[in-house]
Amino acid sequence: MKNSKLTKQSKDNLGTIAMVVIIYIIVQICSAAGLVNSHLAGLLVPLCVYATMAVALNLVVGILGELSLGHAGFMCVGAFSAAFFSVAHADTMNTFPRFIIAILIGGLIAGIFGFLIGIPVLRLNGDYLAIVTLAFGEIIKNIMNVLYIGMDEKGYHFSMKSANDLTMTENGKMIINGPQGITGTPYDATFTAGFIILLIAVIVVLNLINSRDGRAIMAIRDNRIAAESVGIPVTRYKMLAFTMSAVISGCAGALYAHNLASLIATPARFGYNMSILFLVFVVLGGIGSTRGAIIASIILTLIPEVLRFIGDFRLLIYSIVMIVMMIVNWNPKSRAFIEAHNPFKKKEKEVK
Amino acid sequence: MVSFITNLINGLSLGSIYAIIAIGYTMVYGIAKMLNFAHGDIIMVGGYLAFTIITTLGLPVGLGILVAVVGCLGLGVAIEKIAYKPLRNAGSPLAVLITAIGVSYFLENMALLIFGSDPRIFTSVVPFSTVKIGPFTIPGTTIISIVVSLLLVFFLQMFVNKTKPGQAMLAVAQDRDAASLMGISVNGTISLTFAIGSAMAGIAGVLLCSAYPTLSPYTGAMPGIKAFVAAVFGGIGSIPGAMIGGLLLGVIEILGRTYISSQLSDAIVFSVLIIVLLVKPTGLMGKVTQEKV
Repeated sequence: MKNSKLTKQSKDNLGTIAMVVIIYIIVQICSAAGLVNSHLAGLLVPLCVYATMAVALNLVVGILGELSLGHAGFMCVGAFSAAFFSVAHADTMNTFPRFIIAILIGGLIAGIFGFLIGIPVLRLNGDYLAIVTLAFGEIIKNIMNVLYIGMDEKGYHFSMKSANDLTMTENGKMIINGPQGITGTPYDATFTAGFIILLIAVIVVLNLINSRDGRAIMAIRDNRIAAESVGIPVTRYKMLAFTMSAVISGCAGALYAHNLASLIATPARFGYNMSILFLVFVVLGGIGSTRGAIIASIILTLIPEVLRFIGDFRLLIYSIVMIVMMIVNWNPKSRAFIEAHNPFKKKEKEVK
Repeated sequence: MVSFITNLINGLSLGSIYAIIAIGYTMVYGIAKMLNFAHGDIIMVGGYLAFTIITTLGLPVGLGILVAVVGCLGLGVAIEKIAYKPLRNAGSPLAVLITAIGVSYFLENMALLIFGSDPRIFTSVVPFSTVKIGPFTIPGTTIISIVVSLLLVFFLQMFVNKTKPGQAMLAVAQDRDAASLMGISVNGTISLTFAIGSAMAGIAGVLLCSAYPTLSPYTGAMPGIKAFVAAVFGGIGSIPGAMIGGLLLGVIEILGRTYISSQLSDAIVFSVLIIVLLVKPTGLMGKVTQEKV
């Protein structure tokens, strides 16, 4: 019998996608009506970047069940490789194809990094995996600060010591200048572009979650040994989720780079505190919920702008929220209390 | 040759501070089976406590050190009781880890609110500045930190192996349920572990700030993570391992900074972690544990 009705899962996914589209339309209407001031307008692209990062990190933390503290590193790789491409081809290509190729390059290079880093990292579990991803994130940031790449008519020049070691001709153009990073990346990022990237990321992730592969990944999360014993290739699926998350982070990084006048691998932008900020989005949104991750990233980015007085207390409040959320959600007693007193509790069929 | 040995001594100095931090990490990890991400930030709190007493209030150095150690001890026990204990039987390592990150984030931002982001200049607690031995000029902090770390390892080894509470720690580390059946108070033992580990973080904070005198809310984060690398390097759960891991890591960092690249020193330290975990995940002195279904 053919069932033409959508399953609950598909409805849920469509709801998430619809939510993203509706937010986009509301923002567009508001800005057309002049309700968005220039300061808020400047936040729109970072908002898309953060939401996309939250979706990417949620794939690793919520679906794969491993903690990555190095996602800012993937974002960094994506940002630098995309900005590199854009600066190198600033005069030779039109804006639109250049920007699209830059985003794809950002995703691709970050994906390659994700894959290579995944090979050693995904053999580990839990705490070790978290600390090694953190290590890789810091290594990436460190290397970006000593990387010098220039371009002249002979081709690209590369050095890890100083700008003078590049031995470029007089017409040479500096692209990545060590600790000064990349300057002069074209401002190609728009809110619409950010929206499209976020939308694609959401669709890809939701599709993955509801596919056979996604169910295998969640089985690994719930019980790795049991999953392995029924023949699920654990490493392959872990790699799939991790690499895909890295690709999405790279695209988000590419978008981020095209919104900045100068791209520098500072700790504030790509250090592990940034990775923790993304983790806060995921935790507050409800671990495993793509929709929650997006909502949380939007709320947490806008709150300090709307409620100015929070200002200095913002990060302190984030940390308290993180601790309280974890204890309330995971403490056996508080869980039992929530179960017993939840008026919205859905009646679940008992499995026998 | 002289410069090489000077670098080696500097490495040992940094390494001995890593060792003290790593011992705290390794004890907590071995006994509570959790990565106390906030350990590095307890060091920072210790630094600020000593700074407030010694520099801001102008009270004696000894009192400053005492307040730093006791304050960190109390803080460590309080963190354990408030944040970690409710999740001990939750069955989700991810939840515990995220809570620990939350605590670390909390301490950093609390310090940021109280002391501001401007770095403070910490006056060294070591009364003599340098000692000359032959052609080498050795900073006083170097000698003090190496001596203090050796003494701490010695006393901790004695404590763990020769006393009842120490034996209880070993038992809880091996099998928590069996230990509680033997009449050992698991909660009490874990609290004691946090107390010792955090007090050592307080000592490490004072030594770290004496050797590298700038103090900011993020002072502890990086040494904390590096000390975890040292603990893994030496074999997690092993006190002598943490000592050796810490010393080696300090030497690797200083030599890497001098002879390879000063900007890549963090990257070199983290590469050590990755190589150790790939080649010998149990570390130099760790025990192999089998995963049970």
